[in-house]
Amino acid sequence: MIKYLRYILIFFIFAPTSTLALIEVDITRGNLNPLPVAVSPLSIDAKSNDELKKILKKKDIGSEISKVVENNLLTSGLFNPLDKDAFLQKADIAHLKPRFEDWALIKAQALITGKVIYSDEKLRVEFRLWDVLAGKEMMALAFTTVPTNWRRVGHIITDKVYERLTGERGYFDTRIIYVAEEGPKTKRIKKLAIMDQDGFNTKYLTLGNELVLTPRFNPTNQMVTYLSYFRNLPRVYLLDIETGIQEVVGDFPGMTFAPRFSPDGKKIIMSFAMDGNSDIYTMDLENRVVERITNHPSIDTSPSYSPDGKYICFNSDRSGYQQIYVMRSDGSKVKRISFGKGLYGTPVWSPRGDLIAFTKLHKKKFYIGVMRTDGSGERLLTENYYQEAPSWSPNGRVLIFYRETKSDSEGKGFSAKLWSIDLTGYNERLVDTETDASDPSWSSLLSN
Amino acid sequence: MILTKILKNAFLIMLTSLVLSACATKKVTNQMQGDVYTGKDTVEYLASGVADRVFFATNESVLTTASRETLRKQAAWLRKNSKINIVLEGHADERGTREYNLALGERRANSAKDYLMTYGISGNRISVISYGKERPVDSGSNPLAWSKNRRSVSVKAN
Repeated sequence: MIKYLRYILIFFIFAPTSTLALIEVDITRGNLNPLPVAVSPLSIDAKSNDELKKILKKKDIGSEISKVVENNLLTSGLFNPLDKDAFLQKADIAHLKPRFEDWALIKAQALITGKVIYSDEKLRVEFRLWDVLAGKEMMALAFTTVPTNWRRVGHIITDKVYERLTGERGYFDTRIIYVAEEGPKTKRIKKLAIMDQDGFNTKYLTLGNELVLTPRFNPTNQMVTYLSYFRNLPRVYLLDIETGIQEVVGDFPGMTFAPRFSPDGKKIIMSFAMDGNSDIYTMDLENRVVERITNHPSIDTSPSYSPDGKYICFNSDRSGYQQIYVMRSDGSKVKRISFGKGLYGTPVWSPRGDLIAFTKLHKKKFYIGVMRTDGSGERLLTENYYQEAPSWSPNGRVLIFYRETKSDSEGKGFSAKLWSIDLTGYNERLVDTETDASDPSWSSLLSN
Repeated sequence: MILTKILKNAFLIMLTSLVLSACATKKVTNQMQGDVYTGKDTVEYLASGVADRVFFATNESVLTTASRETLRKQAAWLRKNSKINIVLEGHADERGTREYNLALGERRANSAKDYLMTYGISGNRISVISYGKERPVDSGSNPLAWSKNRRSVSVKAN
């Protein structure tokens, strides 16, 4: 149905300079002094601009791409994109040879320049990253793609810049799948929706005829698993977002829910509820073999694999209340790891492997927090009336979750929105969606 | 003189506020016992005198004395109407994580099912579905609304 993955060709224009990075951004602490960066509009020749204007209906695509980059850098919280009105040098000249004094004057420490060309029905974008104080080029890359992919070019540029300056993989060329919500609280209509990480290109994947919940990306491809109440039978489904083909996962005589993929994308792990008891099962997507992982009269749900696939964290009330447990992936060696005051739910293993994010309820407040995989070092990142379901950015630096507001008996005042926050606890942001939204899941990087 | 007037007014205000707060407490105790809903606002009836739903305490799936009485009436009615099958819809309030609440709703509906079965209703006539916190009857964000939403509802399936 939706063709997302058009090839984007990336190649170095010049051999990468092996000089030591002089500018560095430390992302391990809350960054209260974001790096001042100048994102020059990408220059474009008149002929290319005329043709691209016809195709994309944008006045100046070079400037539009630079806005994508600028917005990404700003929302990361690590960079401070400078006001373009203060730029002294013209975009095309800056891209060839920046006058570093001019950029230093407006306190820019890094400069991004670029150039857009349209030829053979392809969009070609070059960009360069400059260290203003050292007066050096740090990186130069070019991409060729179909013109309609222009926003992705902006995201890939941001990923490259982020990676060069922080030493970590970026998370900008990614998408979020979530549940779009409309209507009164008592008869909420829910649809699967997908959008770019920055809130653009929203597409609805279901019509809202049946209740859908908790979509999650396969970390290795464009498959999604989610819960659907199709024909009033709550079951875990598998959806290919490229073809639109969907199927029920397994043949269970009752509700299956809380699905997630294994890190290699080959299994689905989920809960199966029967006779008042929920346990954790896996199904291999290749040979359809179903395995029971837990066998306990308590509720066992919200399973999530460690990135090496060796462990599973999950939510259980076997102690009497909701707590977080870790076990080996075969179900052995179950160990409770949450011991703080309150209830704990929705554990999600970080893609870096070192932390587990969770939702905590304590004294009528909901928190999103993280702890080490042995339960030590609990850190609460944000407190609110209601929020839950964190999902990690692919580099494990940002969490996206949803938050609901209070309402009266008529449902007035109610809203559900997506929010993101850095692992540091700083940079909390509303993630803009067309409708109310919940249950976000972050994809892997689309390009590598 | 002025002083007595002020005192009198103050007394009046105190009195009214006492009356008001008494009303408020009374209202709540009328409709909740502990945090289990005991009111009738949202209750519907399968037949005359046969209420369709039972309510639960926070995070609990244990049936209260009142719930058991309601279910015994449902069982008697189901025995009389042997062609009718039912769906038990289990629900949770909005103060819990979505996935856990799905499991909790399923557990609540099953505790009602088990009770009906002990009163002679065949398990084949009862199916169970959990809506977790997805289908509240009261949209309010307050303890009374939550107590109405923590429920298992018996619905005719045919």
